[in-house]
Amino acid sequence: MKLYLKIWRQKDASAKGQMVDYTLDGVESDMSFLEMLDILNEELISKGEEPIEFDHDCREGICGTCSLQINGRPHGPDTMITVCQLHMRSFNDGDEIVIEPWRAKAFPVIKDLIVDRSAFDRIQQSGGYISVNTSGRPVDANAIPIEKHIADTAMDAATCIGCGACVAACKNASAMLFTSAKVSQFALLPQGQVEAAERVQNMVRQMDLEGFGNCTNTGACEIECPKGISLENIARMNREYLSASVKG
Amino acid sequence: MGILDSKEPQGPLADKWTKHKNEIDLVNPANKRNIDIIIVGTGLAGGSAAATLAELGYNVKTFCYQDSPRRAHSIAAQGGVNAAKNYQGDGDSVYRLFYDTVKGGDYRSRESNVYRLAEVSTNIIDQCVAQGVPFAREYGGLLDNRSFGGVLVSRTFYAKGQTGQQLLLGAYGAMNRQIQRGKIKSYTRHEMLDLVLVDGKARGIIARNLVTGEIERHSAHAVVLATGGYGNLFFLSTYAMGANVMAAWRAHRRGAFFANPCFTQIHPTCIPVSGDHQSKLTLMSESLRNDGRIWVPKRKEDAIAIREGKLKPVQLSEEERDYYLERRYPAFGNLVPRDVASRAAKERCDAGFGVNKTGEAVFLDFASAIMRYGKEKALTSGMKDPDDNTIRELGEKIVEAKYGNLFQMYEKIVDANPYKTPMMIYPAVHYTMGGLWVDYNLQTTIPGCYAAGEANFSDHGANRLGASALMQGLADGYFVLPYTIGDYLSDDIRTGAIPTDSPEFDAAEKDVRDRMEKLMSGTGIHSVDYYHKKLGKIMWNKCGMSRNEKELKEAIKEIAELRKDFWENVKIPGRPDSKNQELEKAGRVADFLELGELFAKDALERKESCGGHFREEYQTPEGEALRDDENFKFVSAWEYMGEPSTAKLHKEDLVYENIKLKTRSYK
Ligand SMILES: Cc1cc2nc3c(=O)[nH]c(=O)nc-3n(C[C@H](O)[C@H](O)[C@H](O)COP(=O)(O)OP(=O)(O)OC[C@H]3O[C@@H](n4cnc5c(N)ncnc54)[C@H](O)[C@@H]3O)c2cc1C
Ligand code: SF4
Ligand code: FES
Repeated sequence: MKLYLKIWRQKDASAKGQMVDYTLDGVESDMSFLEMLDILNEELISKGEEPIEFDHDCREGICGTCSLQINGRPHGPDTMITVCQLHMRSFNDGDEIVIEPWRAKAFPVIKDLIVDRSAFDRIQQSGGYISVNTSGRPVDANAIPIEKHIADTAMDAATCIGCGACVAACKNASAMLFTSAKVSQFALLPQGQVEAAERVQNMVRQMDLEGFGNCTNTGACEIECPKGISLENIARMNREYLSASVKG
Repeated sequence: MGILDSKEPQGPLADKWTKHKNEIDLVNPANKRNIDIIIVGTGLAGGSAAATLAELGYNVKTFCYQDSPRRAHSIAAQGGVNAAKNYQGDGDSVYRLFYDTVKGGDYRSRESNVYRLAEVSTNIIDQCVAQGVPFAREYGGLLDNRSFGGVLVSRTFYAKGQTGQQLLLGAYGAMNRQIQRGKIKSYTRHEMLDLVLVDGKARGIIARNLVTGEIERHSAHAVVLATGGYGNLFFLSTYAMGANVMAAWRAHRRGAFFANPCFTQIHPTCIPVSGDHQSKLTLMSESLRNDGRIWVPKRKEDAIAIREGKLKPVQLSEEERDYYLERRYPAFGNLVPRDVASRAAKERCDAGFGVNKTGEAVFLDFASAIMRYGKEKALTSGMKDPDDNTIRELGEKIVEAKYGNLFQMYEKIVDANPYKTPMMIYPAVHYTMGGLWVDYNLQTTIPGCYAAGEANFSDHGANRLGASALMQGLADGYFVLPYTIGDYLSDDIRTGAIPTDSPEFDAAEKDVRDRMEKLMSGTGIHSVDYYHKKLGKIMWNKCGMSRNEKELKEAIKEIAELRKDFWENVKIPGRPDSKNQELEKAGRVADFLELGELFAKDALERKESCGGHFREEYQTPEGEALRDDENFKFVSAWEYMGEPSTAKLHKEDLVYENIKLKTRSYK
């Protein structure tokens, strides 16, 4: 099939970016979206032009690196998948496709379609862990039994891949879904209890410091999240935050 | 043999590690503050090592090429992690895990290292649960287990199909805690381009900031390479696109021996190649073999009809199908080790029974599991005479709970529903058992340079059993390196900070700059991917699942020619002093082009079949691998002498004191 692409090009963080038009022919329906971009890049290189830079690594939906806004939607038209899993069979011959990087103040553009998501790392560094000594000798794993449904709910929250689609989908560029997933995972597990209050306060503080917006409960994040992270996590985080603030 | 000292402790196997820990030197906590360690790689091996070494008090700097440590390739591991906990009471023990691993690796791993791995495996699970890793649980709240290929016990712990992700996030959390404390400095989007030696010791690295293009110097008292495997050499593989051999290869060029480069694991259950544009192969977790049955049609006509779309697989009756693994290996059936399963699939496809368009796929079928689970569920929920459809529906739900995300992934990629029609699978390059040679302390032949996780060679022999790479990465990082590196660093408490303005750093930086300039000055005809794909084709066709003398010799020649062409004609747009993904790729492919030749040379030298290395000249009448313990019971460790063709072979003889070498049989 033949596609008309409009792609965001930006030299570096300080440069002014712009949309550039490309026409690409010979796209097959069982190609992945990123393989389609690979082919475009091969064409550009052979013409002596600079290829379009985009972030990707595992190409199987788990590392959270790929991050394209396609026709206005993070990770493109399909639900519950990342861009690297999106296949061209979701498009038709002659389609016009607009490809942009995540848009959020806290995610500055590095080049073309690549953004800087290190703010997410800093949120995790502010408390997204359990403070257990790694060189020590903890108790036997089965000495901490955890009811199956609780373990499963914690696992559901833990599947967040840190891609940032929730932020890109949100009109306020809020990082609530991402942050709440980690808070929830640990709030649900007995191992996470001791530091629960401190954790939620620190992580929320860092989230605000990084310049993410507020959550106004529009739910766009949940719709675009490739891992189905649920809004319930935001509710749980709000409860945790409230009770932590009451305790002081 | 002289220069290869494995430093295995003496004494009974079960006491070696304890004895060694008691005897090696320690660094006083106050002195650790004055010692810097560089860790390249933040996967399971590097992440866990970084967290633990920082916890102990060392100053740690970590490097990874991704934008966050959490995205290391370990994140992709699906199936699980082994540990000899014997929670299931099915007869597991440290010895049995040790035994299975050595046997599974076709007796080409180092006994003492493997025993230590089995010994510390139980701590790994305790550590990870304490960190909040949400492993699967049974209804009673205790940890659940499943089994993997090559073993007869259930010792694999898992977190849905995302075990690697959860373990890595555990290590990443532990790292984050130390970053917050100021004990780890994390350099993301940085690539190590060279190792710096001062007085023969590893004292730092040259790295490139991948955002600004700046070349940086970083010094330390020791350097740990935890940079993963080199399977991307084949271009098409299950590895992440950025996975590379650069750090290990640079260390090799500086004097670290490269061990067993030809030992490559081909994983039996991957989604088959669909076309020329393909960039990447996707693994379907081996855990699927617990319930899926593997088959091809018995009659060639049926295979042809299926390939042409004239016949549907579900139309063939039980009798018309060849469940070749169950037929050939009744004791292990669909759960034979990976090398055996992969070769058996290739054998059937080569014989003309392949089932996809290109004839390079076999079926992985869940129909009987769905019906079996469905019947069980119907019985336990007290249903009387349920019809087949009801049973199937009940069964599908149970299969969905176990493997749902994998089935979904398959459907997204292939556009076929695996609940209704069998999956198609084919073997793909998945893991490299070879890597930098290390001694018992995980030190390479360069003093002060260590290698951990997939980047080293020691624990898996010629074939890796499932769920043991995660185990090894974490064992190395959490429980081995933190001790053994102290032994070396205890000599460095008075050294003080290592300056980066020394002639050695100047020279290494100059090398790196010259190399980049040379890369960018090619006359520019072909893209980097053009060369990578060509190399991958040579590797797959001539150094892939089976090898022979003639083709290996051809491969050596072809790779050398391709490398020459690459350096003359590669085209890299853009500039070196800014973000430039083509330049990043070019650096990696340049190293693959050298490693590929050494790989073929190693395979040519090893005139036997073992594990993932199958030389067609050496097989039993039934087509099984024919090992030669008399002449090849050694590790090949290659020393760099200027060109892959001149590399010098050193042999570490493998001594088996506690296991009797047997022919590996899974019949
Ligand atoms: C799809 C898939 C499924 C798997 N499933 C399982 C499983 O179920 N069980 C199991 O036990 N094993 C499994 N494995 C194997 C296992 O995941 C890997 O062997 C293991 O995770 C490797 O860990 P590592 O820490 O050694 O390296 P990696 O996780 O590969 O990490 C490498 C690190 O090095 C960094 N790096 C590399 N080169 C450079 C450089 N030049 N400069 C700077 N940084 C660099 C990278 O950024 C990264 O941080 C699977 C593998 C794949 C591909
Ligand atoms: S919550 Fe979902 S969308 Fe947001 S970072 Fe996590 S996986 Fe991505
Ligand atoms: S590239 Fe890893 S999730 Fe898309």
